Amino acid sequence: MTATAARAPATAEGVKPWSRAQAAARLAQDIPEGWCVNLGIGFPLLVSNFVKGREVIFQSENGIIGMGGLATAETIEPWLVNAGKQNVNLVKGASIVHHADSFGMIRGGHIDLCVLGAFEVAADGDFANWTTSLTDGVPAVGGAMDLAVGAKRLWIIMDHTSKDGRPKLLERCDLPLTAPKAVTRVYTNLAVLDVGPQGFEVLDMAPGLTMEELQAKTGAPLRRKAS
Amino acid sequence: MIDKRVKSIAEAMQGIKDGSTVMFGGFGAVGHPAHLIDGLIEQGAKDLTLVGNNAGSGRVEPLVRLLAAGRVRKIICSFPRSAGSVVFDELHKAGKLELELVPQGTLAERIRAAGAGIPAFYTPTAYGTALAEGKEVREINGRHYLLEHAIRADVALVEAYQADRWGNLTYKLSGRNFNPIMAMAASLTIVQSQHMVELGDIGPEDVHTPGVFVQRVVHVPYGGPASNLATAG
Repeated sequence: MTATAARAPATAEGVKPWSRAQAAARLAQDIPEGWCVNLGIGFPLLVSNFVKGREVIFQSENGIIGMGGLATAETIEPWLVNAGKQNVNLVKGASIVHHADSFGMIRGGHIDLCVLGAFEVAADGDFANWTTSLTDGVPAVGGAMDLAVGAKRLWIIMDHTSKDGRPKLLERCDLPLTAPKAVTRVYTNLAVLDVGPQGFEVLDMAPGLTMEELQAKTGAPLRRKAS
Repeated sequence: MIDKRVKSIAEAMQGIKDGSTVMFGGFGAVGHPAHLIDGLIEQGAKDLTLVGNNAGSGRVEPLVRLLAAGRVRKIICSFPRSAGSVVFDELHKAGKLELELVPQGTLAERIRAAGAGIPAFYTPTAYGTALAEGKEVREINGRHYLLEHAIRADVALVEAYQADRWGNLTYKLSGRNFNPIMAMAASLTIVQSQHMVELGDIGPEDVHTPGVFVQRVVHVPYGGPASNLATAG
């Protein structure tokens, strides 16, 4: 199943949740020309499909500045992979650095935006995306903690609720944190929310959804963003 | 005449002692010196501490076979879990392989610091998380930082694209990754290079790692990493 073809299930009469591709496109609308952006693997990577016509520079933690799309059989370069270790292309103007410089760029505040997925986001900007348990299974952290503290902005893109319907936007995270007070905005299949001084502020909602319905699927109080 | 070239992988791996800390370059398979790790299996050193980004996948690649052979006591790593990292999972669950999990940027900077003569540094990464446990916290200009220590190695295993007899190196595209900083952080840096070139063939401003950081170079023209074409979407 491709992500772009995935149809989000209807939640209530007349409500049309955004598909993953639509949520990624909605996020991409908010990226201005000229930003340097790091996209996490999976859902966040879809964002790169929706910035056409603007010069946005994609950085990959393994030392690529100016990453293009996924490689095809015609464009394959085996020595060029993204953070998910898939073969990718470069754009004209790209450059390559070593890992310490790449993370210097990340930690040093030179990345305008990082987009990551998450298991949970709390109303104070805490978020959890690296492990569901510190005792079971094999933990792996990769670059998430560095990106979370280093990028100028951290936006999360994720489904609004877990597969079994539980809210992922919460008062407090239950899972081990990736970073405290790091998230500034969240894009889900149901809404776009800022993390404001008093918690989640709704900027935009999927067609047909009411604040009450959104609140019912959210584990922390919502308010409308003052325009 | 300075000549760091050696004729075989076996010669390149001579003298690595039991208990050594061994760094290996690579982000997945790209820039990963798999042939040198194969040579380390042959060479026989045991009770090793490995330092690298990943812990391998499947059961046939040399890194995984080194782990499976019980030759590694500990791995310092940012992303040991990947599709098919079955051997790491088994050994770790059985308590036979110690893991020090380090955020990727902190891992890179700890290696870079060692090579640059910096014993420790403060970083904001991982403050307020489970990975901060036991670490000194310092508040600087209103922000919290963790003290992280440099990681020096006895041996660094590096994959280059071009090398000359002085050990000057270039890397191919994202094959650079951890290799330049590891080359600086070890007492013995051993390089497998896709191409051997004449001294002077690499222009001075094109040298990625100057030969002063390199002790041994062996020519391994294996062609390049296996490709990983993603399916659309």
